[in-house]
Amino acid sequence: MRVALFATCLVDTVVPQVAMATARLLERLGHEVVVPPGQACCGQVHVNTGYRREAVPVVANHVRAFAGARRAGVEAVVAPSGSCVASIRHQQAAVLRRAGEHGLAAEAEALAGRTYELSQFLVDVLGVTDVGACYPHRVTYHPTCHSLRLLRVGDRPLRLLRAVRGLELVELPRAEQCCGFGGTFAVKNADTSTAMLTDKMADVLSTRAEVCTAGDASCLLHIGGGLSRLRSGTRTVHLAEILASTGDTVSPGQGTAPAVPA
Amino acid sequence: MSAVFLGLPTAPAGVGHLRGDRPFPAAARDALRDGQLRANLGRATATIRAKRAAVVGEVPDWEALRQAGAGVKRATLARLDEHLLELEARVTERGGTVHWARDAAEANAVVTGLVRATGAGEVVKVKSMATQEIGLNEALAAAGVTAHETDLAELIVQLGEDTPSHILVPAIHRNRAEIREVFARTMPQFAGPGDAGDLTDDPRRLAMAARAHLRERFLRAKVAISGANFAVAETGTLAVVESEGNGRMCLTLPDTLITVMGIEKLVPTWRDLEVFLQLLPRSSTGERMNPYTSLWTGVTPGDGPQEFHLVLLDNGRTAVLADEVGREALHCIRCSACLNVCPVYERTGGHAYGSVYPGPIGAVLSPQLTGVEDNASLPYASSLCGACYDACPVAIDIPSILVHLRGEHVEAVARERRRPTPEALAFRALARVMSHPRLWRAAQRAAGLGRFLARGRPTLPAALPPPASAWTRTRDLPAPPARSFVQQWTREHGA
Repeated sequence: MRVALFATCLVDTVVPQVAMATARLLERLGHEVVVPPGQACCGQVHVNTGYRREAVPVVANHVRAFAGARRAGVEAVVAPSGSCVASIRHQQAAVLRRAGEHGLAAEAEALAGRTYELSQFLVDVLGVTDVGACYPHRVTYHPTCHSLRLLRVGDRPLRLLRAVRGLELVELPRAEQCCGFGGTFAVKNADTSTAMLTDKMADVLSTRAEVCTAGDASCLLHIGGGLSRLRSGTRTVHLAEILASTGDTVSPGQGTAPAVPA
Repeated sequence: MSAVFLGLPTAPAGVGHLRGDRPFPAAARDALRDGQLRANLGRATATIRAKRAAVVGEVPDWEALRQAGAGVKRATLARLDEHLLELEARVTERGGTVHWARDAAEANAVVTGLVRATGAGEVVKVKSMATQEIGLNEALAAAGVTAHETDLAELIVQLGEDTPSHILVPAIHRNRAEIREVFARTMPQFAGPGDAGDLTDDPRRLAMAARAHLRERFLRAKVAISGANFAVAETGTLAVVESEGNGRMCLTLPDTLITVMGIEKLVPTWRDLEVFLQLLPRSSTGERMNPYTSLWTGVTPGDGPQEFHLVLLDNGRTAVLADEVGREALHCIRCSACLNVCPVYERTGGHAYGSVYPGPIGAVLSPQLTGVEDNASLPYASSLCGACYDACPVAIDIPSILVHLRGEHVEAVARERRRPTPEALAFRALARVMSHPRLWRAAQRAAGLGRFLARGRPTLPAALPPPASAWTRTRDLPAPPARSFVQQWTREHGA
C-alpha cells in the first residue's frame, strides 16, 4: 500500500526520530511511504487556543498538501499522533466550513476518512498486531486523552506492545488520567498542569519502568520533560520507536537526547 | 460566519456569584499550594468516581438513556417559550403564583418582597444552585431576613462562613476534622452530652449535632425557599431530589414556599421526567435511586404550604440559548459528574473558578451567563482531556464548547482592541509560516539553531525567557535537532 506520512509539526521539528521510526516501520511491513513536502501543521494549536480564523490557512495548507498525495495514488495518511489525527477528523472540516471554504471542507472530510493514528492503522487497516519488533525493556503505557476519548483507540497500542519480543509491559496506575499537557494549557495554566504532571510522574515511577511510552509525542514531551527534570532515569519513547526497534539499535529516548548529533 | 444577535442581556455584574475576583490561573495557584485541600479533594473525588462508575456500568442501555436525556433537553429548549407558558398556566390553575425574573436583581427583589409580606424574619432553605447564583442569602440579609441553609453540607459552609466549592457536595474541600471544628465553634449547644469539647469527628456524631440544630429551625420556620431539579410543564409539578430529607422538611412544614428555578429546568411531560430520574442519581451521588424525591403541584388545601410562589429566572439563560454551539450547556442537570472526573477540578477545587458553577460545566456555563469577557480565563481552565464529556449524563460536549468559547473570547478581544495582543500577533505569524511550506522549512531551520543554547547537552537551559519559562520552570525541553524530519527524508529520498 502507498501510505503518506504526516509527521505533525511537533514531531517534524522537535523529535524527528519518531517520524523516521514510523516510516521505517511501515516500510518494514512492506508498504511504500511518501512524505508530502508541503506538510506543516494540522491547525489544532490555533483552533484550541481560540484562533479559529487564523487556523484557516494552516488547515488549508494541510488539506492541499495531502490532497495532492491522494491524487498520486496514496491510499491512506498515517500520523504518529492521536491528537493531530483527532483534529483532522473532528475539527478541520468545521474550521473550513465556518470560513465559507466549502469546497476545501469537502476535501478535508474525504481526507479525514483516510487519515489514521498509527496504532489504528496497524491494527484496523493492516490487520497486524505483531510487527516483528524487539525491545528488551520494562515499559509502561500512558493512553493519551485524545487517542483514548476522541479516537477510541482502546487497547490497540497495548496489543501491539504485548507482541513485541523482549518487552516487559507493566500496567500504569490511574492510566486514564490526563498528564496535564493540553497544548497551550501547559503554559497558560502552568501550575495546574504541573500538579497534574506530578501525579502522572509518581504513577509512572511507581511502575519501576525504564520507559514510558504513548502514541503522542506532545504528551511524551511533557511527561519526559518532567522526568528529565527529576533526573529520574525513566525516559519517554514514542510507540512508533518501540515498534520500529528490532533490537539491534538502541533508542536514545525522546526528550533526553538530540536525534541527530549537532 | 453565523449571524449572532447581540441584543440578549447577560447576567448583570454586582449581584450574585458568577464572577470571580481573580483569573483562574492566579486563584488556582493558591489552591494548589494547599496540601490539605488537595488531599481532601483527591480522596473525595476518587470515591465518588468509583461509585458512579459502578452504578453506571450496571445499566446495559446507559448510552441510549444518555442520548434520550440529550434529545429531550434539545427538543425542550427548541420550544422553551411554549413550555414555560404551559407551566405558568398549570401552576396558576393549581393555586400557585408565577413570577418572571429577568435577572438576579429582579429575582432577589421578588423573593425578598414575598418574604417580607409574610412578616417572617427568617427562612429555611433547600439546597439550591439558582439561589446561590443570584446571591439570595445576601439580598435577604440586607432586608433583615435570616436565611438558614438546611442541606448538611450547605450548613457546614454557611456556619464556617465559607463558600461552596462543588455543585453537589458544597463542603467537599473540608474533611471531618475541619467540620468538627466548625460545629464545635458555632453550635456548641448541640454538640451532645457534655460540652463542645466532647464532639468527635465521627460522622454520626456530627450528623446528630446538625440534626438537632436544624430540627429547631424546621419546626419554627414560616417560610421556605427552594430551587427545583425539574418542573413538569403538562401538570405544573415541581420536583426536588435529595439524600437527606431536610429538603422535604422545608417543602412540607412551612406555610409559604417560594421556589426559584432557572427557565431551562423544565421538561414537557412526566415521561420525560422518567429519563432524568434514572440519569441523575447514578451520575451525581452514585446511587441507583436518590433517597427522597419530592413532587408538588400548586397548593393542596389543608396539606403542606398554603401559599406557593414560583420564580422563573433568566439571568443570562436566553443569551446562552441564542448561541448555537454553547446552548448545549443548558442541558445540564447539575449532577456534577464532570467535576468529579475532571483532573483540573481535582487539583484546584471549586473556589478557583470564582463562580458558584465550578468545574468543566462551570467553565462553559459561567462565561456564557455573564458574557465571555467577564469570565475570560475559564474556557482555558481545561486540558481538553474529554473526561467530562464521557461522564456527562446528557452528553454535553463540554470540550467543544470550551474551544468555541476560546474562539469567541479571542474574537471579542480582537474587536475591542486597537492593537492586537502579543499572543494574537504570535499566532498570526505562526499561521502565516505554517501555511507557506517554504517559510515553515526556514523557521524549522532557525529553530534548529536553538540546539546551540544547549551547549551539547540533551536539554535546553531551564532559564528561558517568557513564555517559554512557563514550561521550563518545571519541565525540561529537549535540544532541537539539527534537521527536521522532512529535511532528513528529502536528503535521503530527494524532493
